Amino acid sequence: MNARQGFIGQSVERREDSRFLTGKGQYTDDITLPGQTHAFFLRSPYAHARITAIDTSAAAKAPGVVGILTGDHFKAVGGLPCGWLINSLDGQPMKEPKHPVLADGKVRYVGDRVALVVAETLEQAEAAAGLIQVDYEELTPVVDAVTAPTIGSAVHDDVTDNRVYQWGIGDKDGTAAAMAGAAHVTTLSYRNNRLIPNAMEPRCANASYDVNADNYTLYVSNQNPHVERLLMCAFVLGIPEHKMRVVAPDVGGGFGSKIFLYGEETAIVFASKQLLRPIKWTSSRSEAFLSDAHGRDHATTVSLGLDKDGKFVGMQVHTTANLGAYLSTFASSVPTILYATLLAGQYATPKIWCSVDAMFTNTAPVDAYRGAGRPEATYVVERIVETAARELGMDPAELRRRNFIKSFPYATPVGLTYDTGDYDATMTRALELADVAGFEARKAASAAKGLKRGIGYSAYIEACGIAPSSVAGALGARAGLFEAGEVRVHPTGKVTIFTGSHSHGQGHETTFAQVVADKLGIPMDDISIEHGDTGKVLFGMGTYGSRSLAVGGTAIVKAVDKIIAKGKKIAAHLLEAADTDIVFEGGEFKVAGTDKKVPFAAVSLTAYVPHNFPHDKLEPGLNENAFYDPSNFTYPAGTYICEVEVDPLTGHTRIDRMTACDDFGNVINPMIVEGQVHGGLAQGIGQALLEHGVYDTETGQLLTGSFMDYAMPRADDLPSFNVETAKGTPCTHNPLGVKGCGEAGAIGSPPAVINAICNAIGVKDVPMPATPYTVWKAIQAAR
Amino acid sequence: MGMQITLTVNGETVTRETAPNQLLVHFIRDTLRLTGTHVGCDTTQCGACTVHVDGRAVKSCGMLAAQAAGKAVTTIEGLAAADGTLHPMQAAFRSCHGLQCGFCTPGMVMSAVDLVQHHGCHNEAQVREALEGNICRCTGYHNIVKAVQQGAAAMKA
Repeated sequence: MNARQGFIGQSVERREDSRFLTGKGQYTDDITLPGQTHAFFLRSPYAHARITAIDTSAAAKAPGVVGILTGDHFKAVGGLPCGWLINSLDGQPMKEPKHPVLADGKVRYVGDRVALVVAETLEQAEAAAGLIQVDYEELTPVVDAVTAPTIGSAVHDDVTDNRVYQWGIGDKDGTAAAMAGAAHVTTLSYRNNRLIPNAMEPRCANASYDVNADNYTLYVSNQNPHVERLLMCAFVLGIPEHKMRVVAPDVGGGFGSKIFLYGEETAIVFASKQLLRPIKWTSSRSEAFLSDAHGRDHATTVSLGLDKDGKFVGMQVHTTANLGAYLSTFASSVPTILYATLLAGQYATPKIWCSVDAMFTNTAPVDAYRGAGRPEATYVVERIVETAARELGMDPAELRRRNFIKSFPYATPVGLTYDTGDYDATMTRALELADVAGFEARKAASAAKGLKRGIGYSAYIEACGIAPSSVAGALGARAGLFEAGEVRVHPTGKVTIFTGSHSHGQGHETTFAQVVADKLGIPMDDISIEHGDTGKVLFGMGTYGSRSLAVGGTAIVKAVDKIIAKGKKIAAHLLEAADTDIVFEGGEFKVAGTDKKVPFAAVSLTAYVPHNFPHDKLEPGLNENAFYDPSNFTYPAGTYICEVEVDPLTGHTRIDRMTACDDFGNVINPMIVEGQVHGGLAQGIGQALLEHGVYDTETGQLLTGSFMDYAMPRADDLPSFNVETAKGTPCTHNPLGVKGCGEAGAIGSPPAVINAICNAIGVKDVPMPATPYTVWKAIQAAR
Repeated sequence: MGMQITLTVNGETVTRETAPNQLLVHFIRDTLRLTGTHVGCDTTQCGACTVHVDGRAVKSCGMLAAQAAGKAVTTIEGLAAADGTLHPMQAAFRSCHGLQCGFCTPGMVMSAVDLVQHHGCHNEAQVREALEGNICRCTGYHNIVKAVQQGAAAMKA
């Protein structure tokens, strides 16, 4: 396509902003239905306990109470399903105990749902919940994944060692042999800290049942409404799928946490038919901390072997992954398929072996959070490579260059085939942008002020655009991972696009319209983008894994191509020419080599007023849909460079420079793409310096349960960013040549920050988050 | 238990029932159905509920509706001109891509307007410090800081 004409490649201002800037956005909690009731969930105060009795009789008589449901009401329905089957090395399937909608005889984390109270007002529901008598028999909580196999307490009674699976990928023996022959081996052991996603809009759902039509409507703050509907209907509640409409209206951020099917919305859908009233539940922030799926929480040991020339010969990785109390929707895939397959990074390491022990603990479920496995993989690779360079006294950039993959396609030893890339280009440009040449002078200036300056690198790769369904299926996915799009051309030539992708901040209403406007040669104002409603959109797998443009956008392009192909036939009839002589350019169908032409809107009108129409060859109307299943992942990559100043007296770290140079392939809207990188950088820096979901190891109580205890990055914690999108290597297997940009910032930045701090204070490792106290302790220990 | 309060909201005088324990944010959202003001936390940390009370930025989750009796409240719905022309700060947020999901945006814009109206000079460090009470999870603040500086210049023009 003509990639640089028209709207594609332009920083078009976002069309969705008008409503967001004037208070007219419509988020789920903004919707109030006639006869609305309100839900409050009574949650477990214990990390691990048996429920010996529940007495709701007093609560049921409280003012305004409409109904109370407990685990007994859900005994006949299914558990919340996990969408990815992982088999252990011994061939056994992962342990998959039931994830009940409401706790069934046992609570397994602080915040586990015990009872649902529905009342006329939220205050009444909360007050009534306080009258429910629950008798608990406390059990020993399992908090730490590393000690979970030996602690002698089982989160699920039939999984006595708390192990979900023991999985591996790569060449175990070959890697061991390579490591034995290495001239130098560098080893690191560390924790990848637990994070709590904290989209600014807390989760919310509003469910109603129409007794006359016998159907349900669920408004829910969610990233993939069709998947939500499918899982809830087919696996849990047994509702016929066509009897349920799921609407995800404006959604205030997701970052993964709103991919999943949760018990809260499932419970209120079930209860809406029992009680015949619409039920709204809005999470408080305190509940969000307890009950949203968390992210990361790995304990990892990695060894990298190098030959005498600094070439990587092998890498061994072992990770213990904390999956929390239950398997959330995609939990099992995160520390395996989405993690270990990225351990080659940008390097031609010939031998890799990674084994993973995934554990149940009495903590909130852990699942995909911005990057989902790929930040953890990048942290492994980019920390060990930098550490090896420092140990060998080599320039970290040079050591990377020496090991970069240079020819494509490249099949890694961990299952992926990179289609394209130019790692040297993004590295070279990042070094310029960061003015690495001036680092020593800046370091001296810092030293003169008593401050320690350090520089750290990270050269990340990620796999986006998940995924070829056949590959995903072979790896255990229980879903297809295509995307659907529909192009509805109206008689006047105006166009409505229906996409299975969902925007919760990414700006699809703008970016997708840019693509369609260029393809059809019509103004963006003539195009509407509809998403997030199973009642409108034919199907969708939703938005996560930086897949919307690469997969969802491609589905739209393919549907537009069908529109143009049909339009050519109509135009050929109108122009009395052969179909094959018609070309479409600039919004007009033309007979090639002549001045005979007909505009797009005249063709669309003819399609719907088919008086003069080739009825013998075509059906009237101009409406097409397409399903697109990619042939490979896309592989965005880049180099990030962080420069910090550490105050050795306080341990305080200030990021002085944060530089990102990314290869996202072709770019539709640079402004939006850079905005995505900025947000990812903030979350990655947040992980490196500030954020940590902490449970008390004795009691399993969440210690970081509010914005006063969990350090969200704020404006004055962060620097301005130096972000550049490289000209890039277009993706070779989708028609837009795009790769995905939503997660890169969060993937690439944590190791760059920690590498910089280690360089500044001269230590091998600093744990994340590198708070002032942590850094100060590291300085003291190194003295 | 109900009580009646009269106040000015976005230029119009309104008289409504409130409960003595009803927070201003819930009065705005649930009673007046002005849903542009958002609730992002329960500890007065995030700033998504920021409105103006008598011209000063206030986190409306930290104030009772009854305390707003007789006062003038402006919410995000009341910031643009009557003909729909965006306030210069709203326009700056759009042109600088200072918003993504839009959830923190109303509070962020109301805080930014207060900053410009009541606190002198606005270099980057000052803007970042002044926005410390408004949390955004999407933008990394980079473009919000640019928007506030651009909006400040436009407001003075």
